[in-house]
Amino acid sequence: MPEIKVTPLGAGQDVGRSCILVSIAGKNVMLDCGMHMGYNDDRRFPDFSYITQNGRLTDFLDCVIISHFHLDHCGALPYFSEMVGYDGPIYMTHPTKAICPILLEDYRKITVDKKGETNFFTSQMIKDCMKKVVAVHLHQTVQVDEELEIKAYYAGHVLGAAMFQIKVGCESVVYTGDYNMTPDRHLGAAWIDKCRPDLLITESTYATTIRDSKRCRERDFLKKVHETVERGGKVLIPVFALGRAQELCILLETFWERMNLKAPIYFSTGLTEKANHYYKLFITWTNQKIRKTFVQRNMFEFKHIKAFDRAFADNPGPMVVFATPGMLHAGQSLQIFRKWAGNEKNMVIMPGYCVQGTVGHKILSGQRKLEMEGRQILEVKMQVEYMSFSAHADAKGIMQLIRQAEPRNVLLVHGEAKKMEFLKQKIEQEFHVNCYMPANGETTTIFTNPSIPVDISLGLLKRETAIGLLPDVKKPKLMHGTLMMKDNSFRLVSPEQALKELGLAEHQLRFTCRVHIQDPRKEHETVLRVYNHLKGVLKDYSVQHLPDGSITVESILIQATAHSEDQGTKVLLVSWTYQDEELGSYLTSLLKKGLPQSTA
Amino acid sequence: MKLHYCLSGHPTLPCNVLKFKSTTIMLDCGLDMTSTLNFLPLPLVQSPRLSKLPGWVLKDGSTFLDKELKECSGHVFVDSVPEFCLPETELLDLSTVDVILISNYHCMMALPYITEYTGFTGTVYATEPTVQIGRLLMEELVNSIERVPKAQSASMWKNKEVQRLLPVPLKDAVEVSMWRKCYTMPEVNAALSKIQLVGYSQKIELFGAVQVTPLSSGYALGSSNWIIQSHYEKVSYVSGSSLLTTHPQPMDQASLKNSDVLILTGLTQIPTANPDGMVGEFCSNLAMTVRNGGNVLVPCYPSGVIYDLLECLYQYIDSAGLSNVPFYFISPVANSSLEFSQIFAEWLCHNKQTKVYLPEPPFPHAELIQTNKLKHYPSIHGDFSNDFKQPCVVFTGHPSLRFGDVVHFMELWGKSSLNTVIFTEPDFSYLDALAPYQPLAMKCVYCPIDTRLNFIQVSKLLKEVQPLHVVCPEQYTQPPPTQSHRTDLMIDCQPPPMSYRRAEVLTLPYKRRYEKIEIMPELADSLVPLEIKPGISLATVSAVLHTKDNKHVLQLPPKPPQPPASKKRKRVNDDVTECKPLKPLLSGSIPVDQFVQTLEKHGFSDVKVEDTAKGHIVLLQEAETLIQIEEDSTHIICDNDEPLRVKLRDLVLKFLQKF
Repeated sequence: MPEIKVTPLGAGQDVGRSCILVSIAGKNVMLDCGMHMGYNDDRRFPDFSYITQNGRLTDFLDCVIISHFHLDHCGALPYFSEMVGYDGPIYMTHPTKAICPILLEDYRKITVDKKGETNFFTSQMIKDCMKKVVAVHLHQTVQVDEELEIKAYYAGHVLGAAMFQIKVGCESVVYTGDYNMTPDRHLGAAWIDKCRPDLLITESTYATTIRDSKRCRERDFLKKVHETVERGGKVLIPVFALGRAQELCILLETFWERMNLKAPIYFSTGLTEKANHYYKLFITWTNQKIRKTFVQRNMFEFKHIKAFDRAFADNPGPMVVFATPGMLHAGQSLQIFRKWAGNEKNMVIMPGYCVQGTVGHKILSGQRKLEMEGRQILEVKMQVEYMSFSAHADAKGIMQLIRQAEPRNVLLVHGEAKKMEFLKQKIEQEFHVNCYMPANGETTTIFTNPSIPVDISLGLLKRETAIGLLPDVKKPKLMHGTLMMKDNSFRLVSPEQALKELGLAEHQLRFTCRVHIQDPRKEHETVLRVYNHLKGVLKDYSVQHLPDGSITVESILIQATAHSEDQGTKVLLVSWTYQDEELGSYLTSLLKKGLPQSTA
Repeated sequence: MKLHYCLSGHPTLPCNVLKFKSTTIMLDCGLDMTSTLNFLPLPLVQSPRLSKLPGWVLKDGSTFLDKELKECSGHVFVDSVPEFCLPETELLDLSTVDVILISNYHCMMALPYITEYTGFTGTVYATEPTVQIGRLLMEELVNSIERVPKAQSASMWKNKEVQRLLPVPLKDAVEVSMWRKCYTMPEVNAALSKIQLVGYSQKIELFGAVQVTPLSSGYALGSSNWIIQSHYEKVSYVSGSSLLTTHPQPMDQASLKNSDVLILTGLTQIPTANPDGMVGEFCSNLAMTVRNGGNVLVPCYPSGVIYDLLECLYQYIDSAGLSNVPFYFISPVANSSLEFSQIFAEWLCHNKQTKVYLPEPPFPHAELIQTNKLKHYPSIHGDFSNDFKQPCVVFTGHPSLRFGDVVHFMELWGKSSLNTVIFTEPDFSYLDALAPYQPLAMKCVYCPIDTRLNFIQVSKLLKEVQPLHVVCPEQYTQPPPTQSHRTDLMIDCQPPPMSYRRAEVLTLPYKRRYEKIEIMPELADSLVPLEIKPGISLATVSAVLHTKDNKHVLQLPPKPPQPPASKKRKRVNDDVTECKPLKPLLSGSIPVDQFVQTLEKHGFSDVKVEDTAKGHIVLLQEAETLIQIEEDSTHIICDNDEPLRVKLRDLVLKFLQKF
């Protein structure tokens, strides 16, 4: 029986290092190729030796698909393609193709230049890797080869994020990557049609959360920023350059405009301006409202938000600063944090998830005395706020997507095992489909039961649909045909055509039954009685009395002769072919009962 | 059967309808605007010249048309709101059109007339750039006409009896009954709201019967050719395609292969002009005029070739010493057009796409704007009048010179021989466009830039994609009327193309013989294939046919066939066709010896065999039964003994193959 096999090399009951192998109808596809933020050793990348230990990956994979530019979805790509070795196609959307190499380069710099690692991919490798990338449009059907096709759907989440449908024949898998079912300030909501895949592989970051309305969180955020600025404090918002940063900038920009606030807002330099530029050029990937108004007012041209200079941190008075990176583990955001942490008037707002071990994670878990390098102790007096702005679908959103796509099976990745367990039950209960949650390295096999497409001759199809005087669309129609299998082609044709094509003659099987009737009248009178009787009983049939004295019912022939010995008995010869078997048999039994007396 | 209705006579502004597998598909919605050349220009500023024109008087001195028709520069023009020639609306009931496929923004200008006035309830499919830029073109059109309100709308001259009496070209104007005033913005918005956005190579299912797919056509931002196909037939609609490398994504030729029918429209209107040469001439004429202190007027559409011209000028102006000459782009949608051009990276050629990855704007006009070399204004009123410096270069519409800001510049600059008007858009005859402005002192240069396919490219394309049949407008099957000796300026292919003209219906020459059907897995499992010949296996299929949304599925017949109730007994045959399999055809022959042995094995002890001319007769004496066996037939003649008959039947069937 045909089957689909799924093995996560990463993101199986875990967040990070997304990498999922899918085998469908003889094709092998790798979904995402991410790194793990929590590890610095071998475990940071997926274990590609699972795919093959000797031999090139290219021989084992038909294609690689990258869902979006976050490093936990594409961070291992240059390692995979250039160091392990893969030359096949890599598919991603245009914005992902544009932004991905920049984040990879950034990641490389931090790892190699700052941490001093040596055996790592180089800038040239990133470039060579990107040459293997084929950019895809939304909804474009990309023919990877004759049988394998893929199609991207809008996923929200970050600029250019996409869900992918992978299809071979009539079997298909949908992989969501990370997605968001509610539009935000800058992106739209994920959307998919009722494509009824055999399997939906969905992220489940917020498997158990049902989030309050975004409006409330936004109001909360603005209130906190506003209050701090009003009392002369400074607000630090650690962010990653692309994604939430733009959403929060739009939020603050419109708020500043509306409230006519004067306190400066800065954005730490580097990636940012460039990042905003990507948003401007790929504005067709943002939400409806931004797209509609961009000619009059480009939402990514900020009036109130200026580039940050290191010296500004010591300026007196209130200010708001967006600084990278988002988990306060290095760089400018950490520097500013150290400067401002001692003043209780100030505030740091963490708008996203922080990995264990980072300063961000420590202060969010309530630690107020931090040991910095050189045994220095930093006392945190500033206010610490956490506000989730990450754009993942919550439990409600995940259920909504399942309802939209109507998959036959669901498989959860990119989440924590415990939470998955809960969601799995919920999905199985509500949709009555199987739900799987394999761990890394564990293979899930799903049996599909595809119907078989064949070619039917139009003559046969039309003949079958034309049966019956009043074609009733609701009534199932019975069809009879011959399926001819030659090489790999399947054709359903009429039996006559099959015989003709094979050069065979039809063998006619005919029956003639003698039915004895007691009737002293003349033969032609008997015939007339039989005719009237049949005509009366078989109202729906064509019963004819022919000039040569015989009767036909449809194509069945009835003739009468006198019995050679007994003149009071007439012999009816009923003759039909095998194809009229039912009617012929029925007629003989009907006639055997004799003719009604009243019939004149 | 596939039918093709032609609703527009203009080969580059097509409007065709295809009936294909029970769907009715409109291909493009072009609006023929050449009709406007018969109207007087709409001046933005009161023009003493145009307001004092004499009314036209018939030869016999009757003056009843002098309000509608004016004499100007030796020609007669209609003094009225300009009108456009609509596609045929009577050839078929347009409310039955299921979908409209748009190939590029120039070919959707009649959309509001179709979607808002014919009872159309279907969906329009187009790419995002096509819709956005199409909207800009419509906005500009509506704006330039509504800006100059005209009280009267002339209709008397259209009367057939009256039109006969008019001078040329009015006398020869065709389809005047189909000429209509421009639509309004609410109508444009309503029409555009019926559009569904699609991407290149997106497969769109129509009612389960037909699949349509847009392909890049290389002509303009978002321009597409369309594939319309079922599992067994493929119609390619090629409209407005280009093989030149300008800004759009290159044409997708490979996907056009294996077409049964290829409908070919929107070829170049100027087959003898080389676009590259024309661009060169454009630049040198522009430079010469400006150097001599004159102004240059470029009547143009607000999107399309203008992007390429600006890019050429960007590279050219410094070397030509034009860096101080201001370039003005005046259109109510100038800003939008320039902005939109920068956000469609995915629809651009490779070079421009790579720039976006840097990230830089794909078109250099961003830099021209930044450095103040190019300025754009919504109209001549307002800011422009303050900033206006001469000599300068002005890009503005409309290319027909009948409405829009261009009318003002023609009036303003026409009298000086220092100035030049350069025609780049190929849609209107420049001499006809200039007619109401004659006599002109201004220089007129004709550099039509039409990047669409020429006939050499067409013949190469056809050789490459090899369609079985080509269908095209009749204009492409003969040399242009003005160059009747140029037999190279027509489509040459085998078999010769089928041509169509306005208001004509063609039956397309292709007949399908097969249809796709799906066999459900349970039914497939129950089939018993038999190898009849080496490599060929057969299985008889008796199944229930379900047809839903034009998809056919075969399922196992319902398990327990309902035993017919006694009352229903007479309808036995109905029930047979519904629930019981039909009897298969039989093939093969019956070896008499073996048959006799079988009979004996089944308890018939008195079997006798007689030879006949064609075969044998097997006699069962006791049962008074006779079985005639011949090569291709078997006849069982017996008394009315049903169990016996059935037994014999089954024994015979053992020797035969069923189909």
